[in-house]
Amino acid sequence: MRLRSLWLGLAGLAGFGLLLELVPRIGVVSDRYLPPTSRVLSALSDQIEAGALWRPVGDTLLTWAIGLALAVVAGVVLGVVIGSVPFLRAATASTIEFLRPIPSVAWIPAAIVLYGPVRAGTLLIVVYAAFWQMLVQVLHGVVDVDPVARDTARSYRLGRWARARWLVWPTTLPYAVTGLRLAATVALILTVTGELFIGTPGLGAEILLAAASGAVALTYALVLVTGLVGVAANLLFRVVERRALAWHPSVRQEVPA
Amino acid sequence: MRLAGMRLAGTVLGRVGLVLGLPAVLVTIWWIVSADSEHFLFRSLRDILVAFRETWLGPRLVEDVLPSLSRLAQGYAASLVLGIGAGVLIGSSRTLRAVVEPVLELLRAIPPPALIPLIGLFAGIGDTRRVVIIIAGCVWPILLNTVEGVRAVDEVLADTCRSYRVRGLGRLRHLVLRSASPQIMTGARQALAIGIILMVISELQRTDRGIGFAVEQFQTSFRYPEMWSGVLLLGVLGVALSLLFRLADRQILGWYHGLRATQKESR
Repeated sequence: MRLRSLWLGLAGLAGFGLLLELVPRIGVVSDRYLPPTSRVLSALSDQIEAGALWRPVGDTLLTWAIGLALAVVAGVVLGVVIGSVPFLRAATASTIEFLRPIPSVAWIPAAIVLYGPVRAGTLLIVVYAAFWQMLVQVLHGVVDVDPVARDTARSYRLGRWARARWLVWPTTLPYAVTGLRLAATVALILTVTGELFIGTPGLGAEILLAAASGAVALTYALVLVTGLVGVAANLLFRVVERRALAWHPSVRQEVPA
Repeated sequence: MRLAGMRLAGTVLGRVGLVLGLPAVLVTIWWIVSADSEHFLFRSLRDILVAFRETWLGPRLVEDVLPSLSRLAQGYAASLVLGIGAGVLIGSSRTLRAVVEPVLELLRAIPPPALIPLIGLFAGIGDTRRVVIIIAGCVWPILLNTVEGVRAVDEVLADTCRSYRVRGLGRLRHLVLRSASPQIMTGARQALAIGIILMVISELQRTDRGIGFAVEQFQTSFRYPEMWSGVLLLGVLGVALSLLFRLADRQILGWYHGLRATQKESR
C-alpha cells in the first residue's frame, strides 16, 4: 500500500510537471507568463551552477531560524508562567485575545521606519506572528493536566520541580509541538514576506529582483525553491513531532500492530 | 495568589476587572508615557487617536476600508467553495488522494506572498489580481483540513448510511460535511488569519486604494500618527473578524462543542 501510494504520488508530481510543460507549449497560456517546466528547471540549474542560489536560501533559513527560536523561547516561558498561575491567566486572557489577531503585516511600515532593510525588521514581524501560535498552544497544554494525574502527583507529594518535569511537561509537550509546527509555517511565510516588502536579503528579495528584471522563468524557479524549502521544513517538523511524542497515544496508534 | 484569584473571579465585579484590568493598565501606561513624546516616530496616543478619527472615519472609510474588506470577503468566499469542494472530492477517493498529495504539499508550502509577482504577470494590476492572491493563500488550509476531515469519517456511521441507502446529496450533507465540519472550521479559521495578511500585502504595491495602500502611503510621506492609526485599524479589524468567526463557529458547531463538553464530563 505504501509503495503504491509512493508511485501514485510520483506520478502525480510528474503529471503536474507535464501539464505545466504542455499548457504553454500548446498556447493555452502565453509562455511569457507561464514558461514550460523544462525552461523553469533549466533556469534553476543555471542558477545553481552560477552558485547564486545558496546564499539567498541560507539568508532565508537564517532569518527564519532566528525568528522561530526567539518566538519559541518567549512563547514557552511566558506560556508556562502564565498558564500555571490562575490569576495571571484570567487577567491576561482578554489582552492576549486582543493582541493575537492583529495581523503581523500591520507592523511592516513600522519595521521599515524603525530598522530599514536589515534582518531586524523582518525578525520583528516573524517573531510577532510565530510567538502567538506558540503561546496559545502552550497555554492550552499547561491547563490540560489530567485531574487524576494531578491528584496522584499530590498524593505522592511530588515537589514543584518534579511536578513540572513529570506532570506539566508531558501534558504540555504535544501542544507545544503542534505550536512549533504552526509557528514554523507562519514564520517562513513572514520571513519571505519581509524579504519581499522590507527588502531583507533572501529568497523573497531575489524573487522580486527576478520579476522586476523580466526573468520570468527564474522567478518561477525561485518560487519553486521557496516551496521546496517549505516542504523540507514541514517534513523536518513532522519528524521532530514523531521523535518527541513517540510515547504519545496519537503517534503510537499510527504504527500498525 | 491562587485563592485570591478565585475569590476575585467569583464576583461579577471581579470578572469584569479581570477582563478589563490589564488592557486598561496598558493603555493608561501608553497614554502617560507617550503624552509629551517629541520623538518623530513614536507619537503620543492622543495624536494617534485624533489621526484615527480624522483619517478613517471620513471618506476613507468608503474609499479604502470597504474595498479592502470586500476583496477579502470575495477571496475568502471563493476559497471556501473551492477548498471544501475539492477537499470533499480528494478526501473521498484513496487513489486520487495518493496522486495529488505531493503536489498539494508542494503548492501549500509556497508562502503566498511569493506568488504576488507571478500573479501580477497574469491578472494585471486590477482588483482581480488582489482577490486571486487572497485565494491563493486561503484555499490551502481549508482544502487540506477538509481532506483530513472527510478521510476520518466514522466507519460505523458510513456503514449505517450504506445500510440505509443514504446516497448522493443526502450522504454528502448529513454524513460527510457534518462529520468533517469541525476540521473544516479549523481550516477556515487559519484561512481567515492568512486572508487578512494577504489583504494588506496585496495592496502594498501598484494600487490606488485600500488599507494597505493608505498605510504605506502614510509611511513613505512621513505621516507617522496616521501610519500608527492604520496599524491600530488593522488590529481592530483583526479582532472584530475573529469575534465574528467565533459567533459563526458557535452557530455551526454548537452540536460539536456540546458533544465534546459532555464527553469531557463523563470521562
